[in-house]
Amino acid sequence: MAEVSAMSEPTAGALEREAERDDNRTRWLLSLPAMIIIVLAAAGPLLVMVVYSFLTPGDYGNVKWEFSTQAWVNTILQRDIFDDTLMWADAHLSIFWRSLSLSLITTVMAFAFGLPTAWFIATQPPGKREFWLFLVTVPFWSNLLVRTIAIQELIRAEGVINNLLLLLGIIDEPLQMMFTNFAIAFGMTYVYLPLMVLPIYAAVDKLDFRLVEAANDLYASRWRTFWRVILPLIKPGIIAGSILVFIPSLGAYVTPRVLGGGKNLMFGNLIELQFGQGRNWPLGAALSLMLMAAVMVSLIWYVRVTSRERSNV
Amino acid sequence: MSEPIRQPRRGYSVRSLPGFAVVAVFTFFALYAPILILVAFSFNAGTSLAIWEGFSLRWYAQAAANEAVQEAAVRSLILAGVAASVATVAATMAALATTRTRRFPGRTMIYALINQPLMVPEIVTAVALLIVFAWIKVATGHTSMVYLISAHTAFCIPFAYLPIRARLETMDYTLETAAKDLYASPWKVFSRVTLPLMWPGIIAGYMLAFVISLDDVVITEFVKSAGQETLPTFMLGQLRRVVTPEINAISTIILAAGAILVSLFFWLSRGRR
Amino acid sequence: MESYSETAVEARRISKIFPGETEVRALDDVSVSIHRNEFFTLLGPSGCGKTTLLRVIAGFEPPTMGALFLAGTDISRLPPNQRPVNTVFQNYALFPHMSVANNIAFGLEMLGKPKDEVRKTVDDMLRLVRMEALSARRTSEISGGQQQRVALARALAPHPEVLLLDEPLSALDLKLRKEMQIELKRLQNETGITFIFVTHDQEEALTMSDRVAVMNAGKILQIGSPQEIYQRPAERFVANFIGESNFLDATLSGHTATLKAGGAHEVDPPEGVSDGTVSVLVRPEHASVRVGEPKTNEMAATVETVVYSGEATTLHLRLGTGEALKARLPNSPGGGALPGQGTAASVSIAPGAVTVLKD
Repeated sequence: MAEVSAMSEPTAGALEREAERDDNRTRWLLSLPAMIIIVLAAAGPLLVMVVYSFLTPGDYGNVKWEFSTQAWVNTILQRDIFDDTLMWADAHLSIFWRSLSLSLITTVMAFAFGLPTAWFIATQPPGKREFWLFLVTVPFWSNLLVRTIAIQELIRAEGVINNLLLLLGIIDEPLQMMFTNFAIAFGMTYVYLPLMVLPIYAAVDKLDFRLVEAANDLYASRWRTFWRVILPLIKPGIIAGSILVFIPSLGAYVTPRVLGGGKNLMFGNLIELQFGQGRNWPLGAALSLMLMAAVMVSLIWYVRVTSRERSNV
Repeated sequence: MSEPIRQPRRGYSVRSLPGFAVVAVFTFFALYAPILILVAFSFNAGTSLAIWEGFSLRWYAQAAANEAVQEAAVRSLILAGVAASVATVAATMAALATTRTRRFPGRTMIYALINQPLMVPEIVTAVALLIVFAWIKVATGHTSMVYLISAHTAFCIPFAYLPIRARLETMDYTLETAAKDLYASPWKVFSRVTLPLMWPGIIAGYMLAFVISLDDVVITEFVKSAGQETLPTFMLGQLRRVVTPEINAISTIILAAGAILVSLFFWLSRGRR
Repeated sequence: MESYSETAVEARRISKIFPGETEVRALDDVSVSIHRNEFFTLLGPSGCGKTTLLRVIAGFEPPTMGALFLAGTDISRLPPNQRPVNTVFQNYALFPHMSVANNIAFGLEMLGKPKDEVRKTVDDMLRLVRMEALSARRTSEISGGQQQRVALARALAPHPEVLLLDEPLSALDLKLRKEMQIELKRLQNETGITFIFVTHDQEEALTMSDRVAVMNAGKILQIGSPQEIYQRPAERFVANFIGESNFLDATLSGHTATLKAGGAHEVDPPEGVSDGTVSVLVRPEHASVRVGEPKTNEMAATVETVVYSGEATTLHLRLGTGEALKARLPNSPGGGALPGQGTAASVSIAPGAVTVLKD
């Protein structure tokens, strides 16, 4: 027996290695088209942008191929036109601040409406939940620009809200709501609300209501139960929802452009400006990379929260 | 003399929190009211967007007769059709490669790359593409739709990939093993078993990609060459002027098309096996 | 040793190691040859490697070491779609997008058989598994037992040299399982195909098999007929896994084992066991109990618990040595008198019922 097996037996693990190598090759080949397209038309250009952020702006847009760190300096600092001293770029800083504060306000408002909505859906009888979820999801998949236009038409000086308030005699002249920070926050809350509802819904759906009963049984009132038991248990869903609203708000472009007008710029509009009237592509590239970095930090946080949540199950 | 036992008016439920239902119902109202008002005024006989002057289809007629709208609509559909098709094929292949497998070298990188367009704010991708494509346009003098198509295809891939991958992950791998056992070659296994079973996922992925491409405004705005308006960029341009219910009519058509596609998507991804 | 023509499948020194944080040795140097036209069963607890061995034979898993022969030819490198071996899967793996008939036809079509032949074979198969009436149904529209039959027909249709069955009955309820056991045996007789059957159910293994291989921890412990496996288990694990067992201490001297608790018995010790202290096996149904003082070759015992279970009553006894012993006594129609709890009794063991174990 021994000599027969020594003759016919392939070396240890050879068949496995062969199968694995074939499998890996197939998988790589299959992934290749998607990867090439994304590298060419999404990921690769981001790297080119890093190069551009270290060049000198051209006179009529585009760039001159001369190395310069000026764009990065100009993101937060500017030179005085008269005495050439460096000082804070107030215009940029106020736009950063507006982006940050409006994104936070949007997140808080989305939470205020999203939590009750998610709770409401999750406590419906199982057969009906899908319907309510569907109702939340449909607006989210509807055209973002169209939804922004819907808000614009609502809050315009000649819009439905002002007409209604005038008709009821609550106001004497139309409220100026368009082109304000309020309009931007209102619009962003409206368009990103579903992103808050869905993860909180998932968290409430998983909530073990016997724990709520146990808290009630141990003399906790409804609200104490909510604060001490429910909220801590659905916290991962709330954090996930908040980050999902915060990230697109920070990078928003369409909503502030339509509802904020030319005065109330956010980060995205500031970037656009550098490629339009500003004619400062390197600065635009540097600002874009800054925005991307801010979003990445939030995303990493999100991934850490969701993976911790998963490992807790 | 005994007190009558007082019944609570409603059964106590740990699932109800006071006020939550009211806010929720208001939220649903608030989600739909602006859209419904927008749709309603697309049928307004007058030019106002806030005062009802009777039912009319004049704005639809006007939009349909507007050559710029026609051209933009056709361009949007062609762009979405081509980008979604290419993206779905690429995403299907990638989903086959990255699901139902042990960890293989490079898997994490492939995942990260496929989902990369979702991770970066659209405006950032848009200006990055502007930079690169401007360079290519100057170097080659070529300004066809190919830039829009490749940009749209790239950001459609992760959306097409999601439902296809989800479908594959719920599929029973032993079915393919069984086909192999019954003398099917790798290609036959794919064409006779894997592909027919993953069809609903592929269609769902295609529709999602189509809707995403149709909706895009930011990347299109920065990548398009002169005269390459799509319906959303055309509308964005119109907003700078006096707005008439014609915009509402176009919006309503876009909403209807999107709603149909998304409903179909939901129906398909409910996972009939 | 049989000649090659009599051997359907031969696994030669096969090992399968699954790498990972904790390396799993699913098969550990397994060698076995399975005869032509045999109903061969791989029996063992879950995780013992029986399904892995089946998957290696089918070609779904390449072995880490070793070689596999089919009718004397090395098929280690053959992909599953080129092996004349078919599998009945545990969850049946019927194609949900095809009808019953199309499922059965699939293998034949893949082999490129002409249409007429495919149709004829499918009809034959439908008749064989008594599913003619449901041939146009979708596989999701038939019951579990019917799915089972379709899975069998599908795997038998290409007339493979070997049919592999991976716990095919585990999803069925008890009554259906009994029916299918008989059905499987009938199919094997009618088709003359070698069946390799995997199960963790010892009763199923004993009922259906020509030979059984008992596996544990990636190794085959014993191969034999159901009678051999049950009556002459080589090891304590095999004895324990199949049927109920009493293990007693004894002293072996040649062909005589003297129990510590009393009594000398003629035994046929397995190879490799030398004289001295050994463990022996006594099945509960081979012990009988009566009230009264022990005579020659009987053991004194106290009745601790009496458990009635319908066709039999089991007495849990404590022997003089402190060892525990279960005795199963058939219940007679009249309900004959049995020793009650706490009574002193004598236990005797049927001749030839003492088996010396290797370990």
